[in-house]
Amino acid sequence: MLLEIKNLHANVEGTEILKGINLKVNAGEVHAIMGPNGSGKSTLASVLAGKEEYEVTQGEVLYNGKNLLELSTEDRAREGVFLAFQYPVEIPGVSNTNLLKTAVNEIRKYRGEEELDSMDFLSLLKEKSKLVELDSKFLSRAVNEGFSGGEKKRNEIFQMAVLNPTLAILDETDSGLDIDALRIVANGVNKLKTKENATIVVTHYQRLLDYIIPDYVHVLYKGKIVKSGGKELAIELEEKGYDWVKSDKAEAVV
Amino acid sequence: MQNKTDIKQYFINQFNEFEKSLNGEKSSDFHKVRKDAINRFAELTFPNQKDEEWKYTNISSLKKHNFSPAAVKANVSPETINKFLFDKMEHSLLVFVNGEFTPELSKLIDIPNGVVIGSLAEALKNNNPVVKKHLGKYAEDENYFFTTLSTAFTKDGAFIYVPDGKVVEDPIHIIFITKSGSEKILTQPRNLFVAGKNSQVTIIEHYVSDEDSVYFTNSVTEIVANENAIVDHIKLQEESKKAFHIARMEVDQERNSNFSSHLISHGAEISRNDFNARFNDEGSECILNGLFMIGDEQLFDAHTMIDHAKPHCNSHEHYKGILQDKSKGVFNGKVMVRQDAQKTNAFQENNTILLSDDAVMNTKPQLEIFADDVKCSHGATIGKLNDEAKFYLKSRGIGEESATAILIHAFASDVITSIKIPALRDYLEEIISKRFNG
Repeated sequence: MLLEIKNLHANVEGTEILKGINLKVNAGEVHAIMGPNGSGKSTLASVLAGKEEYEVTQGEVLYNGKNLLELSTEDRAREGVFLAFQYPVEIPGVSNTNLLKTAVNEIRKYRGEEELDSMDFLSLLKEKSKLVELDSKFLSRAVNEGFSGGEKKRNEIFQMAVLNPTLAILDETDSGLDIDALRIVANGVNKLKTKENATIVVTHYQRLLDYIIPDYVHVLYKGKIVKSGGKELAIELEEKGYDWVKSDKAEAVV
Repeated sequence: MQNKTDIKQYFINQFNEFEKSLNGEKSSDFHKVRKDAINRFAELTFPNQKDEEWKYTNISSLKKHNFSPAAVKANVSPETINKFLFDKMEHSLLVFVNGEFTPELSKLIDIPNGVVIGSLAEALKNNNPVVKKHLGKYAEDENYFFTTLSTAFTKDGAFIYVPDGKVVEDPIHIIFITKSGSEKILTQPRNLFVAGKNSQVTIIEHYVSDEDSVYFTNSVTEIVANENAIVDHIKLQEESKKAFHIARMEVDQERNSNFSSHLISHGAEISRNDFNARFNDEGSECILNGLFMIGDEQLFDAHTMIDHAKPHCNSHEHYKGILQDKSKGVFNGKVMVRQDAQKTNAFQENNTILLSDDAVMNTKPQLEIFADDVKCSHGATIGKLNDEAKFYLKSRGIGEESATAILIHAFASDVITSIKIPALRDYLEEIISKRFNG
């Protein structure tokens, strides 16, 4: 098993947001986590990535058999966890290339591998940027600075492609994207899918799941997974709306 | 109070010694200037925090030491100097050891006819007319304690004269190295750079030491940019953490001249930089940029003044500070737009990052506007490194130290990238990496 979340509780500034999450993800699977605004979707993604403002009060997360919550944010990334941010941060003065070069080499060092030389690294960047149809001029630009919403999201998937994670968590990567950008992003994610990695797609809308077909869909409501099922659950949600879940809080476990 | 008399009297007594060391030069015209200065000096008060210009800058610890000029000539090897050179840059080099010009460590390349690059001592001895015309004419010393001291003890420094229409292509790199050992040395470089009409020159003032010793540098630099001249000035401070550094730069800008200044500093125990530029005629541009990186209990103070005395001039000032530990920074930037100075364009900003809870920054950006058709802005920020950005970098597998270093490089980048010499930019990036990459 790649990821196992057991009875996870987490607080933000003293308020409990996650109230006992259970989730199992195997390599090769795509899981969608859906839910109304404020249900805890982004909190779950942030806790998994190691954001410090979130305090885990109960439960555990096993990743490849390791206690994920004990690892620093950077070590989680080095172990193969990747978070595509809902709101990618603009970092003036730091080029995309510089960020990725430092990241790739620190990850390789952690894994006991040799650093990539500049030529190999540049060809890796060029190859991966095609995957999300990102113009190579973005490589030398400052991270996300002055990017449009769609460019920011594509840049996240581009970084994901370069870092080649084992577990990718996409936090509302679809929000605010027009249909073309959505297709490009989804296409990128699909091409990166292998038998060895897994993807958790956190989304508010069913639309993205037309392009990234999930193996499992979970509905998060008030900090708990209240329903789990196959991809048909997403369609049912789209038709009936989240009120249907809110009135029918039967708990389900995968 | 006792101390105050002490340090003044100490320097006045030193002046007698200094006079003796001048030998025959005592009878020169210029010596009257020195003697007048020491008399004025006797009337001045050592700066204290009651003075608005020194409010946040306590320099009383300077009084604890008895600094004096180097007694014997120190030996500095070319290898030591090499440590402070920039890779892959063709340049002329002037080296001053303990304040004295050292020709054997210096070199001049491809100097156009008529250009003078050398020592002020030499120029004074030869009664150089340019020196006679300009020296001491811009750095007013009626009220500046340390400038008056400098004038009284004027002996050597860098003198550069670029006649009308001449272009000095390669930068002139001036290294002031202090090699003091256990001696508490005082050096007082007095620099004069004069760029004639339509001329161009790039000058790097580089204050260095490879020791951890206590010494005092009191430098005064006067720069004249005549009509349509382009002068780029860079000052680097890589001194002993126990040194005292007090510096003043006065820039006189004539019509359509273009002057830029970059101050990159690691500070000293106490360093104070007074940088003043004045537009004497229309159509000129002035850039004052700075980056200071200090830690421990260092105190760094940048005091600047841009005087828009005439219309149609542009000024751009951007100072950035990175403070660690218990260090203390001061920025006091004044832009004066006089009544005549219509169509002035002035931008001023100071940004500081505090990397520790104990670091303190005092910033005072000031605009004084007496004209009514101008475009001016000023501002200041003091903050920490952006946590969101740091988390973002870490989530990509970049460790704490590298993430911090990347964000610091990014913060410093606009000051560094506005320096025109690539070799110098590389050198500075290296300095920042060494300091913050652990």
